[in-house]
Amino acid sequence: MSTIIKDKKTTGLEENGLFPSNEVMLDLKQLKKVYPTPKGDYVVLEDLNLQIKKEEFVTIIGHSGCGKTTMLSMIAGLNPISGGNISVLGRHIKGPGPDRGVIFQAPSLMPWMTSLQNVLLGVNQVFPDATKVQRNDIAKYYLQKVGLEDAFHKKASDLSQGMQQRVGIARAFAIKPKVLLLDEPFGMLDSLTRGELQDTLIDIWNKEKITAVMITHDVDEAIFLADRVVMMTSGPRAKIGDVLEIDFERPRTRKAVLEHDDYYKYRKHLIDFLEH
Amino acid sequence: MKQSITLGKVTKFMGLGFLSTLKDLFTGKLEKEDLKSFLRKVVVPLASILLFLGLWHLGAKSLYNTEAEFKIEKALNDQGPEAAEAMRECIASGDISCQPNTLPSPAKVWDSYQSLLKDHQIISADKAAFAEKTAALNEKRVAEGKEPIVYTGRPSFVDQIFRSLKTVFAGFLLALLIAVPLGIFIGLSPTLKSAFNWFIQIFKPVSPVVWYLLVFMIVKTLLIDSSEDSSFTISFISVGLCSMWATLVNTAMGVSAVDKDYINVAKVLKLGTFQKIFKVILPSSLPLIFTGLKITMSVGWMVLIAIELLAQSPGLGTFVWEEFQNGANDSNAKIIVAMFVIGIIGFLLDRLMLFVQNSVSFEKTDAI
Repeated sequence: MSTIIKDKKTTGLEENGLFPSNEVMLDLKQLKKVYPTPKGDYVVLEDLNLQIKKEEFVTIIGHSGCGKTTMLSMIAGLNPISGGNISVLGRHIKGPGPDRGVIFQAPSLMPWMTSLQNVLLGVNQVFPDATKVQRNDIAKYYLQKVGLEDAFHKKASDLSQGMQQRVGIARAFAIKPKVLLLDEPFGMLDSLTRGELQDTLIDIWNKEKITAVMITHDVDEAIFLADRVVMMTSGPRAKIGDVLEIDFERPRTRKAVLEHDDYYKYRKHLIDFLEH
Repeated sequence: MKQSITLGKVTKFMGLGFLSTLKDLFTGKLEKEDLKSFLRKVVVPLASILLFLGLWHLGAKSLYNTEAEFKIEKALNDQGPEAAEAMRECIASGDISCQPNTLPSPAKVWDSYQSLLKDHQIISADKAAFAEKTAALNEKRVAEGKEPIVYTGRPSFVDQIFRSLKTVFAGFLLALLIAVPLGIFIGLSPTLKSAFNWFIQIFKPVSPVVWYLLVFMIVKTLLIDSSEDSSFTISFISVGLCSMWATLVNTAMGVSAVDKDYINVAKVLKLGTFQKIFKVILPSSLPLIFTGLKITMSVGWMVLIAIELLAQSPGLGTFVWEEFQNGANDSNAKIIVAMFVIGIIGFLLDRLMLFVQNSVSFEKTDAI
């Protein structure tokens, strides 16, 4: 394992355009978000530039209310863009679409459907030409991957929070998106369940290698999962404050990561940023 | 998930949870700590029923005495002391011709209940005999292409209960068929909502009597050539129109207030409009739709009596009205029997709707 920390104290703007364009999956340029209020405009994000490579796992960390979720929902197309643009594989996004899968903070499953039906809801939409058996197989495959082989026909409302979020992960991966957006998906879980789900997520991600952007509050989670940790400045007018490359080999195990010499350097770097 | 049905579940569903506590008492399963809940769940309701019956009995007795004294006084003033004495004896002897006509006591109501049941048995036997007698003849008439002869005798109390239930279910079905689709459209489209809002706000508070008159005006003209009795049609349409508002408003509210998370999921998955409505919006608004339907059912049952009474459509409403007009000695007691029957059926209908609501929706609602 490499022990060099590629610690670039760069601004977001210089970071932008670092990669050859054929390697870029997601490109945020001069992104701006303004909420009009009676007291004048409130600028949440401004001059936000970020490029994410294909097959890269990026975690985003920052203080509460800095605009992380706003940024993510703009990428998902659920929140209109006030300025700048977002493109996936060079094409500007227009509204939401199944090329960007989302795992929400709340599992957001349809509680009246079984876990299989919840996953099928997306699969049916994305693979309309597949036969019913094929679509069922896809949904079941991903449910198995997240460890729910015994819960295909359980109602979502009968599952625990952790299991519901597992279904959420299966639903997102099963539609084979180009980009996976995760909005603090484990924030509502207890730490034990959170660890299990991180393992599940990284296992399935190692196989699928879908470009992922994940918001988190948890420094350890950010380091364990990511190729790069993006730190956002506090709002208003939040932007990218710093980027930290995590040079651990994949596949990673939690034990190896925790015992690695660089782990505490990375950790200190992130905590120093957050405390300023 | 399939669950086995046990006595406990059934009684709990019926809102009669104390029955299973009672069972525990007799099977010796009751713990000492359960004594408090036993007191609350069994003893208190039973005591309150007894108290109610006692107050009723005393109240009825005092009203009876007032009425009796008034009658004697009247006889004394009009015809003299002998007539008054005769009246006193007549009342004391329990003779039907001179009984005071007032609120009947619980015992009298129970007697009337028994006599109504007996009456039903007599009429049923009569009907069966009639059917037997005319069976051969009817077969011949049908073979010849003529109308079969039907029983045209007086309906029994039980027949009228079923007739009322038929009317209320027809009205409920009508309300469901109008209010649910309309509510969905209104909930989906803000334009339709503003188009219909005045309509809903103005017609919602209109009294059942006025609805009946409106329906009467229209149906009477529409069925002008028909020789058939239109009273059933008029009464079930009126019941439907009176009671549909709760469902309409609740459906529109449920559809327009779907959890934003679900809408986001639908957006991300790019579900088509049709799929969005049937897979996301409708299922998530089912609990509110069923709350509306539950209210519709109870309102429908409540207004039914008044509407039947006006429409002269056979049923409990007509039964009550006829007994009131009749003024026979046991009429008042029969009216009270009808009152309890109406109340108990209304309660059972409410439980039925609650059961349906719980079995279709994903959120469990407790009985209130």
